[in-house]
Amino acid sequence: MRRVYMDNNATSPLLPEVLEAMRPYFIEEFGNASSIHHHGQSTRAAVERARESVAAMLSCRASEIVFTSGGTEGDNLAIFGLIKAGDHVITSTIEHHAVLNACKQLEKRGCEVTFVPVDGRGLVDPADVKRALRNNTKLITIMMANNETGVVQPVKEIGRVAREDDVYFHTDAVQAAGKVPIDVKEIGCDLLTISGHKMHAPQGIGALYVRKGTLIEPLFYGGNHERQRRAGTENVAGIVGLGKAAELAQAGLANGTIARLGKLRDRLQAALIGELEDVGVNGEGATRVPTTTNIHFDHIEGEALVIALDLKGLAVSTGAACSSGAIEPSHVLTAMGLRPDQARSSLRFSLGKQTTSADIDFALSMIPETVARLRELSPVWQKRQPAVGSRQS
Amino acid sequence: MLNNETIAVAMSGGVDSSTVAAMLRAEGHNLVGLTAQLWNQRRLAGKPGMPEQVHGRCCSIDDVYDARRVAQDLGIPYYVVNHEERFEQDVVRPFVAEYLSGRTPIPCSLCNNHLKFDSLLIEARQISAEKIATGHYARIEFDESSQRWLLKRGVDESRDQSYFLFGLTQEQLSRTLFPIGGMLKPDVRAKARELGLKIAEKPDSQEICFVPGGDYTKFIDAYLEESGESLPDTSGELVTTAGEVIGEHQGIHNFTVGQRKGLGVATGNPLYVLHINGAERKVVVGGGDELLSKTLRARRLNWISIAELREPMRVKAKIRHRHEAADATIESIGDEVLATFDIPQRAITPGQAVVFYHDDVVVGGGWIA
Repeated sequence: MRRVYMDNNATSPLLPEVLEAMRPYFIEEFGNASSIHHHGQSTRAAVERARESVAAMLSCRASEIVFTSGGTEGDNLAIFGLIKAGDHVITSTIEHHAVLNACKQLEKRGCEVTFVPVDGRGLVDPADVKRALRNNTKLITIMMANNETGVVQPVKEIGRVAREDDVYFHTDAVQAAGKVPIDVKEIGCDLLTISGHKMHAPQGIGALYVRKGTLIEPLFYGGNHERQRRAGTENVAGIVGLGKAAELAQAGLANGTIARLGKLRDRLQAALIGELEDVGVNGEGATRVPTTTNIHFDHIEGEALVIALDLKGLAVSTGAACSSGAIEPSHVLTAMGLRPDQARSSLRFSLGKQTTSADIDFALSMIPETVARLRELSPVWQKRQPAVGSRQS
Repeated sequence: MLNNETIAVAMSGGVDSSTVAAMLRAEGHNLVGLTAQLWNQRRLAGKPGMPEQVHGRCCSIDDVYDARRVAQDLGIPYYVVNHEERFEQDVVRPFVAEYLSGRTPIPCSLCNNHLKFDSLLIEARQISAEKIATGHYARIEFDESSQRWLLKRGVDESRDQSYFLFGLTQEQLSRTLFPIGGMLKPDVRAKARELGLKIAEKPDSQEICFVPGGDYTKFIDAYLEESGESLPDTSGELVTTAGEVIGEHQGIHNFTVGQRKGLGVATGNPLYVLHINGAERKVVVGGGDELLSKTLRARRLNWISIAELREPMRVKAKIRHRHEAADATIESIGDEVLATFDIPQRAITPGQAVVFYHDDVVVGGGWIA
């Protein structure tokens, strides 16, 4: 069966160049990067080269990069590394659970957290962030691009709010990295999280940008790795992969690859909206990363549509990856004002560098008819007036 | 019977449904495994009377793990589908409401009617599986002479689940397969072993799947508390059939017809709950012989082997899962059925189902008024 993967916001395949770059670091170049001998020196060099590549992608210094196990660790290191009981934190209602649940945990530990809302497009208003500031506000943590909708937040304006009030600013840029240019100086953030596997590097590697002079407590204790900010033997192969993926991410933004994906994304969503009624793009009107679109197909359960499409070879998702069937409609979409049933009818299509125009054709060859089939059998759809039916043929 | 039609297998992670999947797979069918997530056991965990942690129960992570593992071993696509909202609306809420109004509900029948053979079947069809197979012990056959789908008892009498399936419509029956309905449980386990299923020795589940420990009164307390509702005061008097007040009770939902223990009164002769008067919150008690009753009325009927009940019919009527079906005559009275037993039956309980049989064939059934 032909299979097409359009769930790159969940995870993305390694680019062949990334795998090639990593390959020597499993058997030939196996040294512990902290060792004195030749083997250690060799992998240490590889780690530091990768650090420079990641730093170049974020426009920061190599010494400001801390390698982590991924996005969740980066977010947790930023938040728990800075915040003490009694501090106040500002975040948004549409954060990834790595930030959202970390903040809920902070509340249990005696911190105050303000969750600022978003508008119908999924955008945080920097003025709301400013209004939420208090004397004891220590940190603003608001994501750069949303994982479900791809909506890009006004991080520069939020960074300005943070600077004006001398508050730390962290942004989860996991879904932005490689898809939009990132310049930590321009954003004005103190901390920024990226994750390897969302940008064609392997799972299990990520990085946290920590602006020089920002003191964070480590999450775990052990050796003096990563300038005492992240103990544990370096994941050398993963780090090398992330370094290579960072180089390719920059290249992709410069050479038109991302623009190409943006055109494919636009064609996909335009065709779906053209062919089906009662569908719409979530987050339309906001700036979005070019690789993501989130569409509500009213009157059906997104869960059933995901399964029906998977059985036909197209992999998409209802939102954040969850293995055991989440019941709650997406917190992101409901925060944007969608009705729960509309939120549950929504699917996320996220493209990657491997996505081709033929893949879009493949998706378009099956989505309208599958939606029509689901609607035909949907009790909600049947209750509508008989005159109304799907326009697609 | 090889064809390309896809069958959805409702997989609970237990032996029966896993064996169904393996048998159909061995026959060469195109399958998709579905586990319906119906209830989040964590919701009430740790509330008063509820266990802190729930292991190995229906819809638990362990069961989903087992079902997924079986599907992987069989090489079939597998998905967990979420039907929690529908389950709460059509099974849990009515379950609580029935107890609070003095009746004794059967959630399994409601689940079959509203979940497994309704919303799950619809979802199966939406994903292009026109039929659903489950591990129920019952049989389905098409009768050429009457042109109707028949529901029959499972061959394993001790496991027969036809009582819980009386609500299935012709449409639902036509789209349902019970592949182990003709087998004995030990043979199902043997088949599971033969087909190499790792869960072949897994113990059977017994209790109501969403009530851990089987204590439904504690479940009702915890559920209402979690929903932000307080338990309505249904306390009242314990009275005899003569109207004599012999004690008080803490709430009618603690009682079921035929119950002997927990009445909180000491008398010379054993006392049983005869009747629960929900409106007056009275629990009527009396001697064991007073539990006998010759007739019952049933409503919300579903007919299976017949299109409708036109004239009185001789049947065997089963009034609870563990009841041996007894000879009776049934007749329609308005939109209800009156069943008159040849020999009075013990503890006919409002809220339970009555199911009518002709030998192995389910004629139909309804809810005891």
